[in-house]
Amino acid sequence: MNYEHILNQKIQGVKPSGIRKFFDLLEEMKDGISLGIGEPDFVTPWHIRDAGIYSLEKGHTKYTSNAGMLRLRREIESYLERRFDLHYDHKNQILVTVGGSEAIDLALRVLVEPGDEVIVPTPSFVCYGPLTEMAGGVPVYLELKEENQFRLTAEELRAAITPRTKVLVLPFPSNPTGGIMGREDLEAIAEVLRGTDIMVVSDEIYAELTYGQHHVSIANIPDMYERTILVNGFSKSHAMTGWRMGYVCAPVPVIAQMTKLHQFGIMSAPTTSQYAAIEAMHNGDKDIEHMREEYDSRRRYLVENLNRIGLTCFEPRGAFYVFPCIRSTGLTSEEFCERFLMEQRVAVIPGSAFGPGGEGFVRACYASSMQDLEEAVSRLETFLVVLRRKQGREEE
Amino acid sequence: MNSLLELLEQDCAQSPAQLAAQAGMAEEEVRAEVRALERKGVILGYQAVVDWSKVRDEGVTALIEVKVTPQDLAGYDRIAQRIYQYDEVESVYLMSGTFDLTVIISGRTLKEVAMFVSERLAPLEGVTGTATHFILKKYKENHLVFQPGEPEEREFVFS
Repeated sequence: MNYEHILNQKIQGVKPSGIRKFFDLLEEMKDGISLGIGEPDFVTPWHIRDAGIYSLEKGHTKYTSNAGMLRLRREIESYLERRFDLHYDHKNQILVTVGGSEAIDLALRVLVEPGDEVIVPTPSFVCYGPLTEMAGGVPVYLELKEENQFRLTAEELRAAITPRTKVLVLPFPSNPTGGIMGREDLEAIAEVLRGTDIMVVSDEIYAELTYGQHHVSIANIPDMYERTILVNGFSKSHAMTGWRMGYVCAPVPVIAQMTKLHQFGIMSAPTTSQYAAIEAMHNGDKDIEHMREEYDSRRRYLVENLNRIGLTCFEPRGAFYVFPCIRSTGLTSEEFCERFLMEQRVAVIPGSAFGPGGEGFVRACYASSMQDLEEAVSRLETFLVVLRRKQGREEE
Repeated sequence: MNSLLELLEQDCAQSPAQLAAQAGMAEEEVRAEVRALERKGVILGYQAVVDWSKVRDEGVTALIEVKVTPQDLAGYDRIAQRIYQYDEVESVYLMSGTFDLTVIISGRTLKEVAMFVSERLAPLEGVTGTATHFILKKYKENHLVFQPGEPEEREFVFS
């Protein structure tokens, strides 16, 4: 069998992530520390886990309605209203998905026609480009700048728009940079999009994790509600990555099309997870608060120490990543990560993995224990001292 | 933001520099604040939570319910004071409910603890009854779990 011939060419064309090799190496190390995986280190709060378990005890093991349980959608409606002043009708504007990832996939597939362009600001999470390609579209990568705190500016957006532009992906708060878009930043973006047919896929999975200021959704900006597909979920806010619980909110006609795709591809999101999610929405606000404060402590610690030891780090105001600049070491981000891992047994991710604009930076996730962060900082300090000594010798 | 006290309660072994970064304070402020809190008696001390079962076989801890004849608060304070003077006594609390004081004591053997109760505690003036419960196994203390669950597989996922 010639599988290369048989298998879909477009899918074969998508490159697998080159990052895995680092983790295979890390696995074999005894006292390796991983700041690589973008996932809360918290276990899902017990009352939420218990709600999932209790639903199983009661025998709730069947499919739910395609869009998700009515009670859950009502909870999501009230949550979005209470936390972000967003108004979506649980009856026909909210679809419960298998993680935020499914929601992004659905959003791109209901919008993109062959040849349509999707503007993907980078560095950003890796899924938008490949999912656009699967949907037959063309990703147009827009490189964000550190001097703008990795925000998207109106000028950059205007320059990227062509007559084929169908979608703008807006991934804020940002993985990997920690950058956020405030109300004024979004107003400027809205000004460019007003009067166009360009739709925004706003991936707000880190909306609950902002520090010092509250998250604003672009759907809140005048004239943007009708142009926005809002993606969110429980993974980051409630430490529920493994439950695979996300949701998407949009104008009625958009959700109607997405529901069809979801119905045929997925049926319904996992029932146990939906019961847990109801509890998370109903009684989980204090958990969010608690975890945010913890992350914030670690964020301060890491940013301060990275700057202290000479890796300049712009202050991330969202998500749980720092994205220090490593150019001063003279290494590429991949070389830096490889050597740091081999010499000091700490895994961080090269910025280049997150698309154009990521080179020269590395991503470290601070959703790790304080002990691990302390140890990682101390190893990083050693790594830099040794590196500079070696480089000094080479110069002589 | 977590306050300095909350951070210390979680882990008092952190350096002033680490505490400062997390609490959003200057290192010198942290030192001064800690000194002030110690002076005011807000911070009573710093102790390690030890899993003694890992290092020695002997040693017992008991929780003793103590009933005393009804009295005013000063009367309870007096009795509590006479109890907590003993070194063996780890903790003493005034309780609501069916008994009045909880006394937690540690000793080398069951017999040692039992003797303490019968010879020191029970004869105290005002004490009308005791019930001794030996702690057989500790699961969690001060938010710390004694036998952490199995390490979770953290397989690589690019997220």
